[in-house]
Amino acid sequence: MFKKLFGKKNNSENNNQQTQQIEKENNTTESEENKKEGFFSRLKKGLSKTRKGITEKVDVILKSYKKIDEELFEELEEVLITADVGVNTTMRIIEDVKDKVKERKITEVEEIRELLKEELKEILTEVDENISLNIEPSPAIVLVVGVNGVGKTTTIGKLAYRLKNEGKKVLIAAGDTFRAAAIEQLTEWSNRAGVDIIAHQEGADPAAVIYDGIQAAKARKSDVLICDTAGRLHNKKNLMNELNKIFRIVEREYPEATKEVLLVVDATTGQNAVLQAKTFKEACDISGIVLTKLDGTAKGGVVLAVQSELKVPVKLVGVGEKIYDLQDFDPDNFVEAIFSE
Amino acid sequence: MIFESLAEKLQKSLNKLKGKGKLSEKDVKQVMREVKLALLEADVNFKVVKKFVNSVKERAVGHEVMESLTPGQQVIKIVNDELTKLMGEEQKKIEFAPQPPTIIMMCGLQGAGKTTTSGKLGILLKKKGKSPLLVACDIYRPAAIKQLEVVGEKADIPVFSMGDKQNPVNIAKASIEHAKKNGYDVVILDTAGRLHIDEELMDELENIKSEVNPKEILLVVDAMTGQDAVTVAESFNDKLGIDGVVLTKLDGDARGGAALSIRAVTDKPIKFVGMGEKLDQLEPFYPDRMASRILGMGDVLTLIEKAQANIDAKKAMEFEKKLKTQQFTFDDFLEQLQQMKNMGPLDQILEMIPGIGSKQLKKLKVDEKELVKIEAIIQSMTKEERQNPSIINGSRRKRIARGSGTNIQDVNRLLKQFKETKKMMKKMTNMEKAMKKGKFKFPFFR
Repeated sequence: MFKKLFGKKNNSENNNQQTQQIEKENNTTESEENKKEGFFSRLKKGLSKTRKGITEKVDVILKSYKKIDEELFEELEEVLITADVGVNTTMRIIEDVKDKVKERKITEVEEIRELLKEELKEILTEVDENISLNIEPSPAIVLVVGVNGVGKTTTIGKLAYRLKNEGKKVLIAAGDTFRAAAIEQLTEWSNRAGVDIIAHQEGADPAAVIYDGIQAAKARKSDVLICDTAGRLHNKKNLMNELNKIFRIVEREYPEATKEVLLVVDATTGQNAVLQAKTFKEACDISGIVLTKLDGTAKGGVVLAVQSELKVPVKLVGVGEKIYDLQDFDPDNFVEAIFSE
Repeated sequence: MIFESLAEKLQKSLNKLKGKGKLSEKDVKQVMREVKLALLEADVNFKVVKKFVNSVKERAVGHEVMESLTPGQQVIKIVNDELTKLMGEEQKKIEFAPQPPTIIMMCGLQGAGKTTTSGKLGILLKKKGKSPLLVACDIYRPAAIKQLEVVGEKADIPVFSMGDKQNPVNIAKASIEHAKKNGYDVVILDTAGRLHIDEELMDELENIKSEVNPKEILLVVDAMTGQDAVTVAESFNDKLGIDGVVLTKLDGDARGGAALSIRAVTDKPIKFVGMGEKLDQLEPFYPDRMASRILGMGDVLTLIEKAQANIDAKKAMEFEKKLKTQQFTFDDFLEQLQQMKNMGPLDQILEMIPGIGSKQLKKLKVDEKELVKIEAIIQSMTKEERQNPSIINGSRRKRIARGSGTNIQDVNRLLKQFKETKKMMKKMTNMEKAMKKGKFKFPFFR
C-alpha cells in the first residue's frame, strides 16, 4: 500500500484518502492533523531542499556563462564538491561531461545541465540490482547498522511503522545493548509503530538478543524481523568483529530468511561515509543504504561517491523526525528533483 | 580512487619537486594542488580551502628552503604551520561565571553526541572540584531524558528533569533555581538535537539563552560532518553567539575538516574533543594535532621537523656509505631502529626517502610494537652473528629466540626482513648509479 502511495506523488487527493486510511488503521501516538499535513509536505520539503542546493547554483552558473570553457567546468566542480560528492567522484563526473561535450559537439551552455543530470543518473543506476527493500519472500530479516548518531533507532521505528502498514507482521530486536537508554528509545518507537519488541537488559550480549529475536520471529511467524545494533565507529576492530559475529548468527540461525543489511548514513556526513560503507561491507555485507537527515541543508551528495566507489545502492531516505518521515530512494526522481527547473 | 593512500599521492607530488634555494612559484603551485585536494577530501569546506590555499601560496613563494628539506617538504611545512595558526594557537578552556552557578548550554544537530558529551563534561568538571548538575532539556526524542539519567548515574552526577511535558525554557529556569538551592556550581543544559533551519526550535534555544544567560554555549559537532558544517556553525553562531565547539567522534578515522571550516567561519575556539564512548574520553583540543590530521600527513609532519633535529648528519653519512657498500649489519640496523624509535613510525620514515615507493614498503611493514621485540632479538645475537647474519643456523635461532623471550618465528621473520631491507638498499644503490648518469636525483641522500 505504501508503495502505491509513493508512486502517486502528484495525485494529492488520492494520497490524502490513503493517508487517512492509514490513520484509521493505526491509532498511534502521533496527532492526526500533524500526520495529514506532515507526510507529503515533508516529503516535498526534504527533496526541495536537496534540489535547491544544487539546481539553483547550477542555474546561476549556467546563466553567467556564454560559452563552454574551463572556468565553467571549474565552477560546476565546485557545486558538486560543496554538495559532498567528493573530489574523485566530482572529477569523474566532470571529465565524463567534458568528453560528452566533445563527442556531441555541444556548444550551448544550457545543454550542460542535461549532461550533468545524465551523468548523475548513470552513477546512481550503475547498480542494476533491485534498489527497493529486499524483504520478499517472507520471512525476512533486516539488520540495521552504522556509526554513532546517524539515526539507526529512529529509522527502525519508521521502517517498522511502514512495514506494518503494508500489512506485514513485524518484530523488532533491540540489539543496541550498549548505549544508555537505547533500549527504552526503541521500545518507545515499537509502541508508536504498534509492533512487538524483543529486548534484553543494557549490557547484555547483542548477539544473544539477535538470536532470541530470530527464535521469536520463527515462533511468532513474523514476516520481518528488524534488528537494531549499537552505533560503532568502523575503525574499532573489536566492535566490527562483534558485528560480524551478529551477522554470522543471522546467517546460521535464519538461513531461510531473506536478508537485507542496511547501513544508515547521515546526510551531513562528508567523505568518511565512503570509508564507513567500505568497512561495514566487509564486516556484514551491507546490501543497502538509508540516507537520513536529508531535511537539513546537507545535500547528501556523498551518496554519489558511495555508489560510485562501492556499488551499494541507497534504498531509503529519512526526511524528518516523525514516524512517517521515511521514503523510498528513487534515483530517477532524485536526480530529476535535483535538476528540475 | 579514494582508497589510494594519501601518503602515496603526496609522495608522488613531493617527488616531482627537486632543486634547492628559494621556493619558486612552480614548486608551490604543484604542491598546493595536492594540498587543496587533501583538504577537500578531509571535508574542509570548499570556500575555506580556496581562501586558505591562496593565502598560503602567496606566503610560500620566495621562502628559503631549509637545508634538510626538499622544496616539497618545505611547502608542506609552511602549510602545516599556517593550518595550526588557523586552528587557534592556544588551548581555550571553559570559562566560569564569577557568581555560581556557571551555566553551560550544549546545542547541535541530532546525533552529534550532546548527551554523551554533557556527561563527559560533567565528569571533567567534577574532577576539577566542581559540583555539576545535568539538566534534561530534550523533551522530544524518545528516551532522551532516560539516556541522560543513565549517563548521570554512571558518572555519579545528579540529573535534573521535569519529564517531557514541560517547556525546555521552564526546565532550564527551574534547574538554575534548583542548583542555587542545592549548591551546584555548574549547570549543564542538555538540549534536544535540532536542525539549524528549524526556526521554532532555534527560537527555543534563543529563549533559553535569554532566560538563563549561559556563560558558555557549546556547539557539539560530529567530526565526520562534511561541507555543511559551515552552514550549521554559521546558523548556530548567528542565532546564539556560541562560545566554543566540541568536536565529537574524533576516535573515528574521519579527517575532521569540519573543524577547520568551523574555525574559519565562526572564529570560535574548539574547546574539547570526544575520543570515545566511555565517559572519561573527553580531551582538550590540540590545534597542532588537528591541523596535521586534517592535512592527512600525520606523523610525516612530525618527522619533517624531527628529521632536522634528530638525525646526526655525520652518522647519516656513515650509514649511507655502509648502505651503498652493502656493509649494512644488524648493528647498524639496531642503531637505526633506536634512532627511528625516537622519531616515529618506521614506514613513514622510509617513506620520506624519495625513491622508496610506499608500494615497496608494504613488503616490509614493521609494526611499531614489534620494534621492542626486534631490539630484543638483535641484542640476543652475538657480535659475530650481527656482523654476518648468514651464519645464523637452526640452533643459533633457537638460542636467540630463548634469549630474547620471543619464538623462532619472530627470529625468522626478522632475518627475512633484514634480507629484504638489504635487497632494497641494493636496488637503491643501483638507482644511485643511474643517477650519476643523470637519470635520477636524490634530494634526501644528497
